[in-house]
Amino acid sequence: MADLLGKNFVPPDVIGKVTGRAKYAEDFRADGMLFCRLLLSPMPHGRVRSIDSSEALRIPGVVAVLTADEVPSIPAPGNPILTNEPCYVGEPILAVAAISETIAQDAIARIKVDLEPLPFTVDPLESLRPGGPNARIGGNTVIRREGLQEVKWTAEDFAAAEDGALPMGKPTTEWSYGDLESGFADATLVLDETFVTAGHSHHSMEPRSAMAYWQNGKCYLHGSCQSQSSAVPGVARYVGIEPENLVFVAENCGGGFGSKGGGYPIMSIPAHMAKKTGRPVMMRISRAEEYFLGSARPGFQGRIKIGFRADGRITAVDLYIVQENGPYSGFSDFTSAAGAVSIVYTPLAMRFRGIRVLTNTPPRGAQRGPGQNQIAAAVEPLIDKAARQLDLDRVAIRRINAPDNDSRYGGNQGPITSAYLRDALDLGAKRFDWESRKAQSGRRRGSKVMGVGVGQAFHSAGSSGFDGLVRLAPDGKLYIHTGVGNLGTYSYGSTSRVAAEVLKCRWENCVIVRGDSSRHLPWNLGQFGSNTSFTMTRTNYAAAMDAVRKLKEIAARDLGGSPDDYDIANERVFARSNPSRYLTYAAAARRAIQLGGRFSGRELPDDINGMTRASATALAGTGLIGVAKDNLERTGTVPALAAGFVQIELDLETGKFEILDYLGVADCGTVLHPQSLANQVKGGAVMGFGMATLERHIYDPHYGLPEVIGLHQAKPPSYMDTPLNMQWDAVNKADPQNPVGAKGIGEPLLGCAAAALLCAISDALGGHYFNRTPVVTDMIINAASAKTQSHKPLQVNTA
Amino acid sequence: MLKDMMPHFELFQPASLDDALDLADRLGDGGWPLAGGLDSLNSFKDRSKRIEAAIDLAGIAELQGIRETDDGIEIGAMATLTEIERHPLIQERYGVLADAVRQVATPQIRNAGTLGGNVCQDTRCWYYRYGLACYRAGGNVCYADTPGAMNREHCIFGADRCVAVTPSDPAPALVALDAEMVIRNARGERVVKAEDFFMEPSIDITQMTVLEPGEILTAIRIPATWAGATFYFEKVADRNTWDFALVSVAAAMTLSGNTIDDIRIVCGAVQCIPRRLTDVERAVRGSPKNEQTAERAGALAVRGAKTLNYNHFKIPLMENLVKRAIRDA
Repeated sequence: MADLLGKNFVPPDVIGKVTGRAKYAEDFRADGMLFCRLLLSPMPHGRVRSIDSSEALRIPGVVAVLTADEVPSIPAPGNPILTNEPCYVGEPILAVAAISETIAQDAIARIKVDLEPLPFTVDPLESLRPGGPNARIGGNTVIRREGLQEVKWTAEDFAAAEDGALPMGKPTTEWSYGDLESGFADATLVLDETFVTAGHSHHSMEPRSAMAYWQNGKCYLHGSCQSQSSAVPGVARYVGIEPENLVFVAENCGGGFGSKGGGYPIMSIPAHMAKKTGRPVMMRISRAEEYFLGSARPGFQGRIKIGFRADGRITAVDLYIVQENGPYSGFSDFTSAAGAVSIVYTPLAMRFRGIRVLTNTPPRGAQRGPGQNQIAAAVEPLIDKAARQLDLDRVAIRRINAPDNDSRYGGNQGPITSAYLRDALDLGAKRFDWESRKAQSGRRRGSKVMGVGVGQAFHSAGSSGFDGLVRLAPDGKLYIHTGVGNLGTYSYGSTSRVAAEVLKCRWENCVIVRGDSSRHLPWNLGQFGSNTSFTMTRTNYAAAMDAVRKLKEIAARDLGGSPDDYDIANERVFARSNPSRYLTYAAAARRAIQLGGRFSGRELPDDINGMTRASATALAGTGLIGVAKDNLERTGTVPALAAGFVQIELDLETGKFEILDYLGVADCGTVLHPQSLANQVKGGAVMGFGMATLERHIYDPHYGLPEVIGLHQAKPPSYMDTPLNMQWDAVNKADPQNPVGAKGIGEPLLGCAAAALLCAISDALGGHYFNRTPVVTDMIINAASAKTQSHKPLQVNTA
Repeated sequence: MLKDMMPHFELFQPASLDDALDLADRLGDGGWPLAGGLDSLNSFKDRSKRIEAAIDLAGIAELQGIRETDDGIEIGAMATLTEIERHPLIQERYGVLADAVRQVATPQIRNAGTLGGNVCQDTRCWYYRYGLACYRAGGNVCYADTPGAMNREHCIFGADRCVAVTPSDPAPALVALDAEMVIRNARGERVVKAEDFFMEPSIDITQMTVLEPGEILTAIRIPATWAGATFYFEKVADRNTWDFALVSVAAAMTLSGNTIDDIRIVCGAVQCIPRRLTDVERAVRGSPKNEQTAERAGALAVRGAKTLNYNHFKIPLMENLVKRAIRDA
C-alpha cells in the first residue's frame, strides 16, 4: 500500500476557497429572505422583567420579534437559544426580523427591555468565597451528572493559603493513583507553584452566521460548523424537529478551532424566526458579536506541586485546578489538563482535584487542545525551573519523564495505543541542534538577549465505532461518502483516500460526497478533538474492505471459484491464477445492482447507525455499496504528542522579542498528508505563540464589561509576529491500532509551541518564571526592569 | 455597547474645498468631514457617534498631494499614509515622519488612511469606544480610572477626569518636526502649531483636537528647520502590525560633532496629547550624545508620571525609549 497515503494532493475544496467561489453560510440567498439581528444583554447578569416591542413592530419593514418564550428552553446548565436571564454582556435576549439589517437594528433601539440587574462575577475565586456572587440563579458550578450546583468554600479555606497561593477548598472532581506521600518524600526537589492561564476567544474568520427556511415540513439550515453528521441531532433538537426533518448544509467552515465542533443553540434562531414569519431568514453575526457568542477557552487558576528525583524523574504530582467556566456547561478542560500531565510526565504518583466555577463571561467551549494546552503553557516552564535547580539539561529532563507504549493515562491509568514523544524530542533536538543553540542562551547583543526553549503537549486523538460508506457506481467511479465535516484542515480528504487506497482506485476516479445531510452521508464523529485522522481512516477502511469482499464475491459468482481466488488492482477484480478473467469495477457495480441484497445496499449490517442506514438505503440499487461499522480493535487512549523548539532574541528595554527559529515535531503515527501536516505544525505554532504572548481576554471586574470585542483588541499573531521560516518534522512511526498507522495531531501542535516560547522567554530573562499566560509586553518590561507586575498572582481576565 | 450595524445618513461628495466648507458650515454639528473613513466608519457602525451627514473629502483635489514649498513641504490632509511613507523628499529630509507613518496599522489601512484623518482620530480608550457615557462622551464619570479599571493603555501624564491617550503614530513626529496645521472654514484660514493642535482634557474634554464644527484640516506644513536632522522614531506595541502604541518616541536633533545642539523630543501614548519633553530638551542641549546623557534624559522624561492600576510599565518603557532616542539616533 501507499500509492496515495503519505503523499501530497490537492483537496477538492481548495479551488473554491482560493477563487472565492466556495459558499459559506452567509453567502446563500432565498426568495423573500429576511434579515435578523439580536438584542444583546448590556449587563453581565440580569433578569428580564418585561419586554415592550410595540414601537419597534410599527417601524415599516420590521416583520417579527422572537423572544426566549417562543423557542425551546435548554435545561440548565446548557447554553440557551435566547434567554430571559442573560448571564454575560452580549448574550442574546431576543431577535428581530426585518427586510434589512439596518431596519432590524433600528427596531432593536426601540424595544424596551426592563432588566433587573443581578449579582455577577468575572473571577471564579470571588464566587467561591463565602457569600460570593453566583453567576446565575441556582448555582455557581457544574458537576458531572449532577448539573448546576452551588459550592462555597469556607473562610478558613481562603485563610489557609499563603499570600498569592491558590486556596484549595472542596473540589467537585478528584482522582489519584500511586503513593503520593512517598513520592514527595522520595523527591530531591519539590516545587509548589500557583499559576493562571487566560481563556482566549477562538477568532474564527467566519463568524457563526446562519440561514434557514422551511419547505414541506423540512427545515433547510445553512450553518457554520466544523462537523456534519454528528451535528445533525443537536441542531434538530434546538430547532425542535426530528433529525430526518433537518437538511443541514455545512460544506465550508471558515474556522472553528473547537467553537463550532457541533451544532450550537443560536444556529437555530433563523430556523425559529423562519417558522414564525413563513419566510427564509438570514442571521449574520458580526465580528463583535462573535466575541460574545463564539465562546472562549476556559481559564485556569491552578496550583501544582511536583516532586523530582535528582535525575529529573518526576515522582509525584499534586494538581488543583479552578476552571473559569463561563455561565453554562463549559468544557472538560480541567480534567483533560490532568490527563495530559499524567501522560506527558508519567509521574509515579499523581492526584488531581478540580472544580469548575461559573462566571459572567462568554460561554466557554473547546478550543484546540482544551485543557492540555493551557497546562502545557503552565507546567512546561516549571519543568525548566526544576532543570535549572537540579542542573539538568532541559531536553534530558523531558526525555526521562516521556511516555512510551507501555505508559498509562489518567486517573484510571488506562492503556494507550502508542507514544513516541521521546523520539520526537530526540529528532527535534538533533534537527534544531539543541546543544549549540543552548550554548547561545543568555548571549547579549546590546539591549537584546538570546533565549531558547523546548515545549511538549498532548491530546487524546482518536475514536472508534463509527460507520463508513462507499459506493462503486456503474460509471466506474468510487464515491466516498464522508460525514465528518470540514473545519479547514483537509483531513476529510486525506482520510477519504484510505478508501481509494484499499480499493486501489486512481484518486482522479474518486468523488468525495460531503457537506450536506441530504447527500446520504454516514454517521461519523465530528471534526474535533484531533480525532479525524484516526477515526475516519478506520471507517473508510472498514467500508472499503466491505466493498473489496463484495467485489470478490461477485467475481466468484460470475467467473467461478471462491472469493479467495480473486484479488483487486487497476479498478478490476481478477482471478489470481488468470488475471485475464476479471470484472471492471463498473461491471461489478452493475452486477451488484442486479444481484441486490447486501451487494447493492438493499440489505444492511445490523450494527450500523440509523443515519448510515437511512443514507445507505437511499443509495441502495445505485451501485456496489460498501458499508460497515468500524469494529476494529481499539484498547486504549490514542495519544497525539508533539515537541516544539524555539529560539528568540528579547529586547530588555522594550519587552519585545523576535522569534528567530521554530521547529515542531509531531508524533502522529504514519503521516497521511505531508503538506497538511506541515500546515498544522506551523499554524498550530502561530496560534500557540498567540496564546503564550499576544492574545488578550480582558474584563472590567467592576462592570463586567469586555474590553476585547475586535480582532485588533484580541491580537492574534500577525505574520509580522511570526518567523517566516518555520520547520517541521514527524516521528512517522505507525500506531498499531490504526489500519494505516495514523493518529490525529492538530491540537498539541499549539501547546508545544506555546510552551517552548514561554520557556524561551523565561530563559532569556535568566530564569524568571511568570506562572501565567499570556506573558504580554508589559509583563516582560516589568520583569526586565525588576518591577512588580500590575496584576495580583491569582487575578484573571487581566490580559 | 457596540451595534456593528451602520445607520442611514446623508453622504455629500463635494468636488471642491469651497463646496466642502460651505457644507461643513451649513451642517455644523451634524456634519462629519470624512477622510479615509477607517476611524469614522467604525464609530458610525458602532452607533457610538450619530451624524446627519458625512462630507466625503476624497474628491477634492486641493486636499491631495505632497508639495515642496519655499520653507519645507506641505502635505495635503488627504494624502494617504502610503504616499507619505514612500515620498522621496520625506524619506530624505523628514525621515522621522516616514518612519512614524510606516508604523501605522497595516499596509491596507495605510493605503486608505490619510494623514489628516490619522491626526484627527478619536482616542482608543476602550471604555469610551464601548459607548459608555464617560466624561469625554458628555457624562460625569471616567470608567477607565476606577480601583478595578483595566487601563494598561492609558495615560501616565496629564490626566484630568479623562485618562485616555493619543493614538496617532505620526502625531509625535509632526510635533517633533514643529509642523503646522492649516485649518479652514467658510470664513477663512487659521494655522496652528502641531503642538497646539491636540486638545488636553483640562481644556475641552470632549475633543481630541482644536477643530471646531465647520472647520476642516486642509494641510500639514513641515518647515525646513529640521530638514535632514538626526532623527529617531520607535513605537512599542504588542504586535508588529495593526496595533496601537504602548509608548512611542519621536526625536529630531542637530549635532555638532557629538554634541547635541538642538533637539525636539516627543512621546506618544503617554498623555492625551503628544507629550513634548521640553525638560529633556533643555537638559540635553549642549550635552554629548552618549549613554550618560541618554540615561539622564530617560530619567528626566518620566519625572512626574502618575500611574494607574495596570500601566506602571509605561514608566520604564518611556524611560528606555527616550534613552534610545538619544543614544541610538
